[in-house]
Amino acid sequence: MPNESISRRDILRTLAVGAVSGSVLQIIPAEAAVYIHQMVHKEKSSSPAGNYTPKYFSAPQYAALRVLCGMIIPKDDKSGGALEAGAPEFIDLLTSENLDYQLKLGGGLFWLDGFCTDRYGKLFLDCALEQKKEVLDLIAFRKNAEKDASLSQGVAFFAFLRDLTCDGYYTSKIGIADLGYIGNTFVGEFPGCPPIPG
Amino acid sequence: MALVQRSPKQFDVCIIGSGAGGGMAAKILTEGGLNSVLLEAGPDLHPEKDFKMLMWPYELPHRGAGVGGKASESFGEFLAPNGAWSIDGEPYTSAPGSNFHWFRSRIVGGRTNHWGRIALRFAPIDFKSNTRDSLGDDWPITYDDLAPYYDKVESYIGVFGTKENVPSAPDGLFLPPPKPRCTELMVKKACDKLNITCIPSRLAILTRALNGRLPCHYCGQCGRGCTTASNFSSSQVLLPPAMETGKFTLITGAMAREILIDKDGKATGVSYIDKATRSEKRVHARVIVVAASTCESSRLLLNSKSTMYPNGLANSSGAVGKYLMDSVGSSGYGYIPQLEKTPPHNHDGTGGMHMYMPWWKFDRKNDFPRGYHIEFGGGRGMPGIGMFADLNDEEEGYGLQLKQRARKAYGCYIGFAGRGEMISNPDSYCEIDPDAVDRWGIPVLRFHFKWSDYELLQAKDMQETFRSIVESMGGEYKTRTSIDGDYPFGIEAGGRIIHEVGTARMGADPRASVLNGFCQSHDVKNLFVTDGASFVTSPDKNPTLTIMALSWRASEYILDEARKGNL
Repeated sequence: MPNESISRRDILRTLAVGAVSGSVLQIIPAEAAVYIHQMVHKEKSSSPAGNYTPKYFSAPQYAALRVLCGMIIPKDDKSGGALEAGAPEFIDLLTSENLDYQLKLGGGLFWLDGFCTDRYGKLFLDCALEQKKEVLDLIAFRKNAEKDASLSQGVAFFAFLRDLTCDGYYTSKIGIADLGYIGNTFVGEFPGCPPIPG
Repeated sequence: MALVQRSPKQFDVCIIGSGAGGGMAAKILTEGGLNSVLLEAGPDLHPEKDFKMLMWPYELPHRGAGVGGKASESFGEFLAPNGAWSIDGEPYTSAPGSNFHWFRSRIVGGRTNHWGRIALRFAPIDFKSNTRDSLGDDWPITYDDLAPYYDKVESYIGVFGTKENVPSAPDGLFLPPPKPRCTELMVKKACDKLNITCIPSRLAILTRALNGRLPCHYCGQCGRGCTTASNFSSSQVLLPPAMETGKFTLITGAMAREILIDKDGKATGVSYIDKATRSEKRVHARVIVVAASTCESSRLLLNSKSTMYPNGLANSSGAVGKYLMDSVGSSGYGYIPQLEKTPPHNHDGTGGMHMYMPWWKFDRKNDFPRGYHIEFGGGRGMPGIGMFADLNDEEEGYGLQLKQRARKAYGCYIGFAGRGEMISNPDSYCEIDPDAVDRWGIPVLRFHFKWSDYELLQAKDMQETFRSIVESMGGEYKTRTSIDGDYPFGIEAGGRIIHEVGTARMGADPRASVLNGFCQSHDVKNLFVTDGASFVTSPDKNPTLTIMALSWRASEYILDEARKGNL
């Protein structure tokens, strides 16, 4: 970030000189705004705590949710995945506040366990990785439910969770960096479009 | 019940509402020496703590989705305190078969805190379009009457743009525009091929320091509110100078209930609910300026009934509440593969578009009357809630391939939104619902609304244009609309564009209009309406700049008349 070098002294000087002195407007200089922002940012952007206590999901359901999030957006050699980005915590928070989410996700996780029990004789969490993948390969696509209607609740559940996982991931520091977004900062003059390779 | 408290003080002016219309009146009237009181239904605003400028999504526990994910269904939680489609305890109703959405901003500054800053002048033809096509009515004023006030508003608030000599989009007094973004250069190239006019946009954002305000720092977040006031809002740019005069009293949490009159039928003050104490209070003033927002202003007039004015105040014409118009809105987006090659770079710019398409088909016969402009955006903006929902829906799956496709698709979408002129019709109006009151006991509005074929054909043309631009860029147009159903050609429900105007229109004929050309009531000479309610037509241009020009002009007229002792 270009402005991280701005010191508190610089800010105070700016305020004293008063880029806006004589103005009747209740405003603060942009540099001060950036500085304040960076302070807040440092306080708030610490990564999600390791020992998270879910607000809504039971411990086993939350463990299953974490597995699903991790499979939807895994870690790779370029960046962390949904777990590192705190997506399960985000989803748990929203679900704790929304009855509709509780039905869709809480109910969906029960559906998943029922499906796995029928198919493999054990809960989703206890299935082998290959079995988990097999289940996801079934419920991650609408066309499977067109062939086998018994999958349709699972497909709806998974689509909902996939969207929420993306929301959690792509609003995290890791996810935003993964997309290569650059901005949200003070720029003196907007530079326009850089050369685009042929 | 507690006794009604009377304010001991007699003010020169009472202004109702602190948005574009009320804020401008407050500035001009107090600077002109009139002691003014302003009633604002919402709370005060504190930009330094209320605005979320430069905040990252992960700095909020809900990441922008809001409690229970509810904000993702509206405008997210980063916007400046702005208002809502529904307010607890303050309902409105829709007549059977009507679908109208009413956005209300109860906060100092009103909707100017979050608006798109799109500041377009009406064109000369917009004031006399009836003369050309016999639809709707002409304004009682001309472009030349308003042009000096457009000049004053632009010079004071700061609007960037360029001189282009486009007849449908008059030039103003502009600050230099920011450089175009990659997406905008591509769209411009496509538009050149298609003979669609594409020019730098005109936004009320400072690209140079002006009147004590710093220039834009290009974080792209004007909608969140700007702590440096580098974009225009009434709260930061109009009310502070009014405060500075020492002649301004701001009363927040004050829900106007009724305009009071004396035995001669002149307005004498306003009765309002003080929300904090839940008590009825009154202020008295020699002049009343209503700028509560289009429909709210009409509601107040309709609720101000008396034996002298049984149909509501300023309503001998019966036109209050009638002629309700919104902008025609339809939008769509495309995937543009050539954007995949764009290197990561800061694409933020100002909040909103650096380029736009003014109405370009004014010189030919079209399938519909009047016209529309096109706003567009996209590219490598700050990631947020819902950004890959459509991609997920289309490609499904999970795992590394989801992550890789998101990397590839990020920044490759461009969205277009048409904003067109609606012709007023007898099926679109608001009235007092005889069966409902709000939590303050104030009768609420009931809306009637219908689009006609004029608007539907415009929306159809918008969709075809968006598609042609996207395809001309080698992209894939993704939006699907149908010709029937509730939203033919993707036309938005009435009110959704938040450009509602016209329900206390001005006009030369007192039998068919509420106000004269100075926003003054034909019936009650010391009563003015200076918001969008005064509009006669709803040209494709966003209404805010014109509201401010009309309000400035009306306020100078009030100062003049006050000096002459006519009020």
